Formats: sequence, structure tokens, C-alpha cells
Amino acid sequence: MTDTDDLSHIRSYLPQIAEASSLELLESLRIDALGKNGSVTQLLKTLGKMSPEERQLQGPRIHALRESVGDAIAARKAALEKAALDARLAAETLDMTLPADAPLAGTVHPVSQVMDELAEIFADLGFAVAQGPEIETDWHNFSALNIPETHPARAMHDTFYLTQGQEAKAAGTFDERATFSLLRTHTSPVQIRTMLEQKPPIRIIAPGRTYRSDSDATHTPMFHQVEGLVIDKGITLGHLKWTLETFLKAFFERDDIVLRLRPSYFPFTEPSAEVDVGYTIEKGKRVIGGHPGREGGGGWMEVLGSGMVHPKVIAACGLDPDEWQGFAFGCGIDRLAMLKYGMDDLRPFFDGDIRWLKHYGFAALDVPTLSGGVGVAA
Amino acid sequence: MKFTLSWLKDHLTTDASLEEILDGLTRIGLEVEGVDNPGAALASFRVARILSAERHPQADKLQVLSVDAGDGPMQVVCGAPNARAGLVGVFGAPGAYVPGLDVTLKVAAIRGVESNGMMCSARELQVGEGHDGIIELPGDAPVGTPFPDYAGLNDPVIDVSITPNRQDCMGVHGIARDLAATGLGTLVPPTVPSVPGEGPGPDIRIEDAAGCPAFYAQEVRGLANGESPEWMRRRLTAIGQKPISTLVDITNYLTVDLGRPLHVYDRAKLSGGLVARHARAGETVEALNGKTYALSEGMTVIADDVAVHDIGGIMGGAHSGVSEGTTDVIIECAYFAPDAIARTGQALALTSDARQRFERGVDPAFLDDGLAIATFLVLEYCGGTASAVTRAGQPPLAMRSYAYDPDLAETLGGLGIPAERQRAILASLGFTVTTDWQVTPPTWRRDIDGPADLVEEVIRIEGIDKVAPVPLPRVPGVAKPTATPQQKLERRVRRAAAARGLDEAVTWSFVSEAEAAPFGGGAFTLANPISEDLKVMRPSLLPGLLSATRRNVARGAAQVRLFEVGRRYLADGEHPTLGVVLAGNARERGWKAGKAAVFDAYDAKAEAVALLAAAGAPVDNLQVMGEAGDAWHPGQSGTLRLGPKTILARFGMLHPALLKAFDLDGSVAAVELYLDALPAKRGGGGFMRPAFAPPALQAVRRDFAFLVPASLSADALVRSVRGADKAAITGARVFDVFTGTGVEPGMKSVAVEVVLQPTDKSFTDEALKAIGDKIVAAAAKQGAMLRA
Repeated sequence: MTDTDDLSHIRSYLPQIAEASSLELLESLRIDALGKNGSVTQLLKTLGKMSPEERQLQGPRIHALRESVGDAIAARKAALEKAALDARLAAETLDMTLPADAPLAGTVHPVSQVMDELAEIFADLGFAVAQGPEIETDWHNFSALNIPETHPARAMHDTFYLTQGQEAKAAGTFDERATFSLLRTHTSPVQIRTMLEQKPPIRIIAPGRTYRSDSDATHTPMFHQVEGLVIDKGITLGHLKWTLETFLKAFFERDDIVLRLRPSYFPFTEPSAEVDVGYTIEKGKRVIGGHPGREGGGGWMEVLGSGMVHPKVIAACGLDPDEWQGFAFGCGIDRLAMLKYGMDDLRPFFDGDIRWLKHYGFAALDVPTLSGGVGVAA
Repeated sequence: MKFTLSWLKDHLTTDASLEEILDGLTRIGLEVEGVDNPGAALASFRVARILSAERHPQADKLQVLSVDAGDGPMQVVCGAPNARAGLVGVFGAPGAYVPGLDVTLKVAAIRGVESNGMMCSARELQVGEGHDGIIELPGDAPVGTPFPDYAGLNDPVIDVSITPNRQDCMGVHGIARDLAATGLGTLVPPTVPSVPGEGPGPDIRIEDAAGCPAFYAQEVRGLANGESPEWMRRRLTAIGQKPISTLVDITNYLTVDLGRPLHVYDRAKLSGGLVARHARAGETVEALNGKTYALSEGMTVIADDVAVHDIGGIMGGAHSGVSEGTTDVIIECAYFAPDAIARTGQALALTSDARQRFERGVDPAFLDDGLAIATFLVLEYCGGTASAVTRAGQPPLAMRSYAYDPDLAETLGGLGIPAERQRAILASLGFTVTTDWQVTPPTWRRDIDGPADLVEEVIRIEGIDKVAPVPLPRVPGVAKPTATPQQKLERRVRRAAAARGLDEAVTWSFVSEAEAAPFGGGAFTLANPISEDLKVMRPSLLPGLLSATRRNVARGAAQVRLFEVGRRYLADGEHPTLGVVLAGNARERGWKAGKAAVFDAYDAKAEAVALLAAAGAPVDNLQVMGEAGDAWHPGQSGTLRLGPKTILARFGMLHPALLKAFDLDGSVAAVELYLDALPAKRGGGGFMRPAFAPPALQAVRRDFAFLVPASLSADALVRSVRGADKAAITGARVFDVFTGTGVEPGMKSVAVEVVLQPTDKSFTDEALKAIGDKIVAAAAKQGAMLRA
């Protein structure tokens, strides 16, 4: 057998390797060629018996041959493995249009969301969030706020009274300042509690539940209010106006908020003003912002009651009204939510209808932030 | 408070348009609630003359009229008995809307005769009650004139909301005064006639000077009490009052015109003189509204020798009220103390136009003039002879004055207004201002109570819209957190709950007594609830959530996952709480998951633990104990406690009896989490966390299957296992519980996976075996045997 014959015989493996139809066949070819007794292995063994001259001539040829066989086997193996994998994956095909598990998405109630928005807006203005009891005393809810027992404004409040107060009156143990005798009719008693507990300067908002004995299409016996209070030196009605303007601009995220202050009356503020905000009509809906009366109609909507804290209220809290003055305001949270997010009926707020909650509620991660905007776009 | 434009113009000389007046009212704090022109609806009706009237050829009771409404003769079929040639009445042409009939007229054939419109009755046009025939106007009424113009119906009715401090604006005159001060015209002072009196005044006196400091009266004899004049009836009708008789209408008119309530007694029904005194125990009076009121001691009344005739300042008595036959009257003009009126009115739950004015404080200086105006009108429209005036008592005329610094307009009101301008505004409102700025309010402004009120007066007249916004000074430095730890906690658990797929509801703070009972009952009960369903303050959040669940189930919801963050109201205070109710399917049926699964107690436990973790509670250290309470399934509920006493949460299935009370069937799981029971963060809220480096060596896991008594709690077994080698064991978890084949009755198989964490060197086989032995020994103390 000549060298050339050996080599050409071995070369004939190459097409067989390239056409090997299975990994098993390829493996048997590999053993034939490169195994312990394989023809290429045998050929390599002949190198040791050769003369140096002959080895110099045959060595590179035999090594190159071995390499080409090895490469061919590796290439064919990769191709066969890929084909096998492709075939397996093709067999694993699923219907990707089948539904995945529905995401478990709960909601935050619009009232909570708006409370968080308010806290965020007012935090930037340096207002802390204050809280107080919902079951209140006569003194905190009325008398300290300059609403004495015979004041006509008390009748306007439609107060829910508790039997505890009546029983205490009958027993002669009633203490106007200590007997919890009613459900607060507004968040204003938090003003009183704050002024009693903290030294000025004071900047707070107080959101929470309030109660009036009222039930019709636009009133519910329970509703939510937010109170604002600033007590400091040199505070004027001008600061109040700016604060309300700034608040409403931040809340509705519009610069074209137009306010109209109307002189009004609250026993606990003097001067007092009701605050209307201009609305315009967009796509048949009332939208807060823009100049009422300009194209498309519009008008004024009452959103707030406000005023300079009455000197008697400041004095009732043990502060000197000649030294400290400030402003207060109160606003319906449910109403703010309705105006911003477009609910037109108050009653479903307190029904717990999951269809309504899913529609008007907010995603857990929609946390109002100043940097990201306090509102959640529809 | 309603009045008409023409009425206002009796008190205010002005060229201002209606729009300007409405705008001015709102601008100065007299909020316009509505404006309505009753004439507008009748604009298409005209004054018309019947030229001829012939019998209808087909009907005895109908006539065929020829009517001229200014455009020549029209044929009209009419059934009115008074229709006749020459009559001047009111004609509606086809197209006109007849409010009293709620029809729009059209050309029609009536019994074969064409009719081109209609001659109208007062009732058909809603301008009066008459319906016996068509309206008859005077013969000289100008034919063709729009009827509203002729009848003075084109008089807009303005409805203004008067705040409780402004008694003076509960009369048209006071409103005119405010408008005049803003520059919208000139105030016309009321004409006070001089009424000569003959003979002695009526016998009146005061015993209750505190409740009724002043009681003036005048008698008129020999009068006739008929229908009041047309102009007065028209105005009263326009503002929604029903004309009754001249005497009654005069008092009602003056109440609105001048804010001065009066009362007129029928002299013939009185026995002896009148006295303002305290009511006596047991006295009753039938008031003019037909209701009988039981009076209590201390209420101020006007009485004669026999009975009470007036709940002073609130409502007169029916017995001595005037009627058509009245000939002699006593006209009362008194001053009742506001506090006394308020107390009596509240006690009797009786409100009236008089009470509204007296309790806000009428002008004490207007008794003589008010009485003179009233008596003058009575003499004018009823005839008779007036007596002298009797004056008992003295109205409180003294007004407190205030030192006022005009700078206050700017330093409090934020609007710099020149001092002289302020002086002029105050003067125009009736205040007297001395050169050194001592300001005295007029007697009709008893609401003024200090310099801040004076600021309000000048600002509201000058224009509160002129106050410029001034930025609130920024607190220096970086913004500080403004929420309390409790508020932050509530925000966290709320969003954690929403993130876990729960929907936040807001339910009433009050529930029914029955709903409160299983939760310990309501500690606070409303004395005046809206309904029995909303009567006691909730001791738990679950009743409200269960009611909401029932409504959702009734609407077909297959899965309800509701939560609420709010307060429970217990005898010791208000407690922030989170409640969760899970009802219906925990998992919907699915192509992958198979059948639907209902919620079980472990779903509730998962929520409780997850929300406690979100709240920052040390969930690994909590103990699960029983005793959730009557509302819960006794065998499928528990409490999560920090130490044996502090209950952080209740969870589990609710008791079927409770669910039945809420009309719910099936199983409902719930959680109640007590947000104020959570321990405050340790470490004073610093940011630094305990040092930690992940162990270099890999943890080893070993499984142990134990046979334990069925009654042994998994928690007890796991605690023992964990405690077997505290240094090495970093975790232990039940991964299988089995009873049945191969496990003898009364026992169960519990499989626990234990995590062993080597520290500085790997465990040797011997070390692992030693730990395993300790685990088995510890479990054995609980009655557990390692399964073979």
C-alpha cells in the first residue's frame, strides 16, 4: 500500500461524514477513522517508524488529514444536533393566543388617591398633615369656632348627635369640652386641636371623614373634607388667595385656573370668602380651567370656603390674636375627585361596587409625586 | 330671600341693568341663587278686545268670538260664560304655550268652527286662581300690548342667599343699601308717615324683659279686612307667598320689604291687656300653622288674661289671628332677644320668617318707624282709626364702638385702600366714623364684632377680586416630611393591599345595631340617625365590607376582594384599621389551572401576613393563636399576635351565622388588621441597617418526615425543629401534610424542610448527623416520631 493510496482511502471518509444521517452513524465513522484502531490513528502510528526525511514529508500531510476529518465530524455533529433541536422545538409548539393568568390588580379608592395628591401638593408648600377625632365635642366642633349654641349657623350644620351627649346632659355630667357628643360636621375642629397642641407658626392640612344628617342626590351623610390652616405673623388674604390658586393649579395641573372670591360668612373666619373656580365646556363636559364665558360657555363652580381665622378662634386656642393671624379653608375631597376625574354622581363613592372601583380606582403604583405629576392621566 | 327688580327699585334709584345688579349682589357677598322672569313665559299673550260674540251653531255653551289683539279680527271659539262683545281680556294666538293647561295652542276646528287661539283665564296663565271665566281687564287697557308688560309681570324675581350674619339684608331695603354702597345707585330712605293717634294706646306690658326688651303696639278700630291691593298681592305672589288678607299681607310684606316682622291681633278675641312673659309649665298654643305647641317654662310668649296668643317673635296664635270679620286690631312691633328666640325655635322645631329675622337680630332702632309704616298701611287699605302708640320697655340701642386702624385692610385683608375711601365705604353702610377712627356700627349691623369685621366690610365693597395673590413665604431649607409615621403606615398598607389585587372601598362609618353586635356592639349611638341601618358607629370594618360584598354578589360578581382602611370606634377611642373581605372564587376556572377554587382561611392568612409585612411588622416573630371571636369560624380562624397579648390581626373564615345575617352564603374569608397595635420601628427611624455579608458557604437542605398527633399544630412542630440548633438552623418550613393510607388514625404525617447554614467551614457528615439527631429529639418532645 502506498502512502498515496492510504491517504486517498482515508479521504473517502469525508463525503460519508458530510452525509451521515444520524449522530450514531457519525460516531461509528469517527471510531473507524479516529478511534484507537481507526485508520487515521493507524496512519499516525506509522510516523514513528519513518526516517526523519520521510517523516518530514509525510507528517504534515497525515496531520492535516486528521484535522480535516476531525473538523468534518465536528461540523456534521453540530448540524445534526441543531436539526434535532429544531425538530424538538417544532414539536413543542403551543397556542400562544391562549390567555395567561389574569394579573391580580387591585385599586386605590379615588378619595384616598386625592388625599395623597393633596398631601403631596401641600407638602411642597410646607404643610403637614394633621388629624383629629371624628367623634367630637360641642366645644371643638362649634363653640371654639365661634359658633355658640344659639347661633343660626348651628342649625345649618345638620349635626348627628350621639346618645352619649344626651345622657350626659340628663345626668348633669355634660362637659362641653370633654364629652364626645357629636360627629364632626366639618374638619375645622382639627384647626382647634392643632392650635391647642402646637406653637405657631402652623401650616397644616387636615383631610378626613365628616358627617351631616343629609341624604339626597348630591349629599351623603358621610363625606370627606380637607381643612387648611396657616397661623403665622403678617399673613393676609393675599396669601390665602395665592395658596388656593397654587393649590388648584397644582391639583388640576393647569395654569389657566381662574378663581373668583365672593365675600361670604363663616363664624370662624373674618373676612370670609367663598371661592369659585372657572370651568369651560370641553366635549360637552364641564372641565375645570379656562376663562368662563369665553368661547364655548362655561361658568363658575363653588369649590371652597375660606377666610382669615377669626380673632376669637385664635384667642379660644390660647394664642394672642394681636400677635398671630392666618387663614383657613375647607374643601370637599369627594367633590375635588369628581371635578378632576369626571365622576358625576357622589353616591357610588360609598357603595363598594367593584365595577365602579375598577373603573374609577387607581393602580397601587400610581403614587402621586411632585416630580412625576400628582394626577393620573386617563 | 326673594324680591323683584321693581321692588328693589322702590329702595334704590339706579340706572344699572339687571345683569349689573346681579353681578353686584354676588360681588358683595349676597350670592344670587337664581333669577326668574315670570313674564317671559307669557310674552306671546296680548291684551285683546272681543269685537263680537255669536252663538256657536253646534253647541249651546260655546260662542264664536271675533277678537282684535291689535292685528285685526280673528275668529275664536270660546266657552267662557263671561265672554261678551266689548270685553277686554288676554288672548293667546296659535303657537302660544298655556302654562296652566300645559298645551301649545294651534288652529283647530271646534265643533266644526275654526278657532284661531284662545281667550284665557287667570288660572290658565298661572297669574291667579280665577277660572270661572276669562280675565276681564279694564275697558281702556291698550289692545295689542303684550300682557306681561300691561300686567307688570315683566319683573324679574331675584333669589339671593343671605348668610346668617346679615339680618339687615333679609329686607329689600337692606339689600338696596348694600348695592348703593357699591355705587350701583342711590338708596331711597323709607318714607315714615306720621300717623295721628286718637285715644289711649293698647294695654300692654312686659314681664320678661330679657326675652322681650321692647314691646310697642297700636290699636286700629273700625277697619275692614278685605283683599290687599293688587300691587302688594302681585309682589307677594311673585316671591312665592300666598296673599291672604290685607292685614296678613301687610305684615308679610313689611317682613320682606324692611326686614321688620310684626304681628296683628284681632282685638275681639283678646281678654284684657297683652303681656310679654315667660310661658308657664303646661301651657299650649295653637299656632297659625295649625299645629299645637306645648310650651316650656322660660319661653317668651305674648298672652292676655286667659291664654297665650303668640310664641313671641316666632309665630302668632290661631285663636287671635285676624279674619275677614276682624274690625279692631292691635298691631305689635316688638324686639325679641336673639338667643331666646333661637332656643325656643330649636326646642319647638319651629321656623318662620319672623324667627329667622329675630334670631339674627332685627334693627332695634326701627320699632317706632316700623309700627308707623304698618299702621299707615292698615289705615290706607283697611280704613279705621288708630290709637296712640303704647311703648313698653326699651330696645337695646347701645352699639359698641371699635378702634379701627385703616392699615388693617392691607395687613389683614391684603388690599391697601386709602383711609378716606374706607371712611366713605363705612359711612355709606351706615357706620359712624370719628376723626380718630372710632367706628360705631349702625343699629342694624349687630353682627359687627371687631375690627376684622370692618376689614371685611371695606374689602367686600371695594372688591375682594382686587386682592392680589401674595406667595406664601417658603419655609427655608429642604422640605421636611409632613406625614406622621401612622399616616405613612396607612399609605403603605393601602397600596400594598391594592398591589395584592384587593379593591379599596369606602363604606359608612355607621352600621345597624344588629350588624355591630357580633363585633362587640357599637360604643356610640346616633341620637338622630338617618335610618336604623346607619345607627351606631362601627366597632369593626367588616360589617360595611360584608354589606358591600352582598351588593356585589347580588350584581353577579364571581369574585369579591375588597378592603378598607378606616377607623373603628370603640369606647376607648378611634382605631385605624384595615379590613379585608374575600368572597366567591379565589381562582377562576381556567384552561391551565382547572376548576375554580373558593377562598379558604389560608388565603386570609396570606393577606394578613403579607399586609403585616408591608406594615413593617416582624412577621417571623408573630404567634398564631385562636380566639378570633364570635364573628369567626371557630375552627378556621386565628389571631396573629406579637407576644401573647398584642393582637395585630384576626384572620380566617367568617362564622356562617354572621354571613347569614348579611344574606351571604358560601364561605367568606376576612382579615382585620389593627394598624395602631403595630410596634413603632425600632432604632428611632435611623437609616442604618444591621451589618450583613452573604455567607460564603452554601446552605444545606434536609427533609424530615414526622408522624405527629393530629392535634399538634404545625407551628409547634416547626418551632421545636427550629429551636433544635439555633446556630445552624436558619429556616424550617412545612412542605407536606398527609393523613390516610399508611398513617394511623389520630396521627398525621408532617414533612419539614430544614435549612442549615454553615458559617466558617462546611458541615461534616458527623456534624450533619448530630444536627439531625437534635432535630429528631426536639420534635420527639412534641410527640413526633421520625417516619421510617
